[in-house]
Amino acid sequence: MQETSQLTDPAISRHSAVVRVTHWLTTLAFFALLVTGGEIVISHPRFYWGEVGNVNTTPLFSLPIPASRGTVPTGFATLPDQNGWSRNLHFQSAWALVLTGLVYVAASLLSGHFKNDLIPAQGERSLRAIGAVLAKYLRRAPPDPAEARSYNAAQRITYLGVIFILFPLILWTGLAMSPSFTSAYPVTASALGGRQSARTIHFFVSWSLLLFVLVHMAMVIHAGFRSRMRAMITGRIAVSQPIPQPIPQEEA
Amino acid sequence: MKPISRRKLITSGLAATAGVAGLSVAARMAKSYGLVPPDSGGIYGPGETLTYAAQRLLTRHSLAREFPRSMISSAPFANVVSPMNDAFKQHQAAGFADWRLTVSGMVAHPTSFSLADLKSLPIHSQTTEVACEEGWSYIAEWIGTPLYEVLNAVGVSPHARYVAYFSIDKDWWESIDMADALHPQTILTMGMNDGDLPVPFGGPLRLRVPRQLGYKSVKYITHITVADSLKNLGASQGSPEPDFAYSWFAGM
Repeated sequence: MQETSQLTDPAISRHSAVVRVTHWLTTLAFFALLVTGGEIVISHPRFYWGEVGNVNTTPLFSLPIPASRGTVPTGFATLPDQNGWSRNLHFQSAWALVLTGLVYVAASLLSGHFKNDLIPAQGERSLRAIGAVLAKYLRRAPPDPAEARSYNAAQRITYLGVIFILFPLILWTGLAMSPSFTSAYPVTASALGGRQSARTIHFFVSWSLLLFVLVHMAMVIHAGFRSRMRAMITGRIAVSQPIPQPIPQEEA
Repeated sequence: MKPISRRKLITSGLAATAGVAGLSVAARMAKSYGLVPPDSGGIYGPGETLTYAAQRLLTRHSLAREFPRSMISSAPFANVVSPMNDAFKQHQAAGFADWRLTVSGMVAHPTSFSLADLKSLPIHSQTTEVACEEGWSYIAEWIGTPLYEVLNAVGVSPHARYVAYFSIDKDWWESIDMADALHPQTILTMGMNDGDLPVPFGGPLRLRVPRQLGYKSVKYITHITVADSLKNLGASQGSPEPDFAYSWFAGM
């Protein structure tokens, strides 16, 4: 164990129980959705724009991968059909994600999590403030000690974008593919340009979320994998003693 | 870790008991209001039940999106079906003159309809989209007799809860609840885009269920049975689809 030096530092409360539990439930649901979503795409790896699209129409683009259906011309051998359980797990995970998200949003509104932890402070709501953070990342400078206690401006904007833009968009474009849901709320499909447009946007929003997750994991490693993982599991993080003039410290 | 106080322990215990009791009451109520699908068992049962219950609460009477005739697909895709059995080939050779639809089960007058009998009932047409679970879709005009006209003609028992419908290939069947069976857009389709329904698209008789995905719109219908339970049909899951891990309710 190399944590002795850190254990002597005072540990402060970093993530609330709601944030931690919903974080890991979301992680689980996201990976189930990612894998099953990929499997569903394999049954028809062609994408269209507008209301309709099928093998007799021109696609917007086709993925250069094999399909699990012989009716799709890909030039590859046909893969086994895994669509059934993939769809079941996809929708079950989507429910888990939605219910988890509702708990997270409700609890965060009550606790002031958005206001205190995610909405950037007055002086940091500028492109310049975010640019300064990104420049620091590009220099691969060690994280500011303050970041053990709270998020920087770039993190805040990113998390808000994922929570309030990407997640609602992936949910909306998913529901816009449901023939029953669109029967009651037709505008959810027509506002996007149609069912096939919704499917294509759903695909790209999935990639955006995956990109977020990859950058997020890279950042966790950059900031100190053990300390950040421990914070998201136990809720507590060791912080350096407050020193009037910060001395650059090598994180273990 | 702080030790858990007695008050907290008692409160949590009471909350957990109330939660479990609440869930079991909710489950019982859902069942009596017809919000539990026949394939609610198994690991994907919770997702299936949430989807079906939500759709029945939100979209019970809504109408599937209809499109202007100008949006009818010039290149619809019929998909492939298993090779036709000999009985079908004989009907096809005879121009489907002797095709019959038998209706049995919980009805006052079990009846056998010819295609001419069905055409003598009120005829409706709708321009709706076929959306396959694989992802592709097309729009066509579908012309035929609404299922509710046939059900009214035979006198359905007030205790009926499901309608099961069978293709000439007896292993190909599906079932829907009364909300879909009595829905004005659920039609026994005999025509497509101003002509007879072509064989690849399900001619001479296909049950179109436009609020659900394509696989619920079974082709070559010869038999309908009305029931208060799906327990005695197949594997009791309302269709062969759940055997392949596909959902019974395909409105999504």
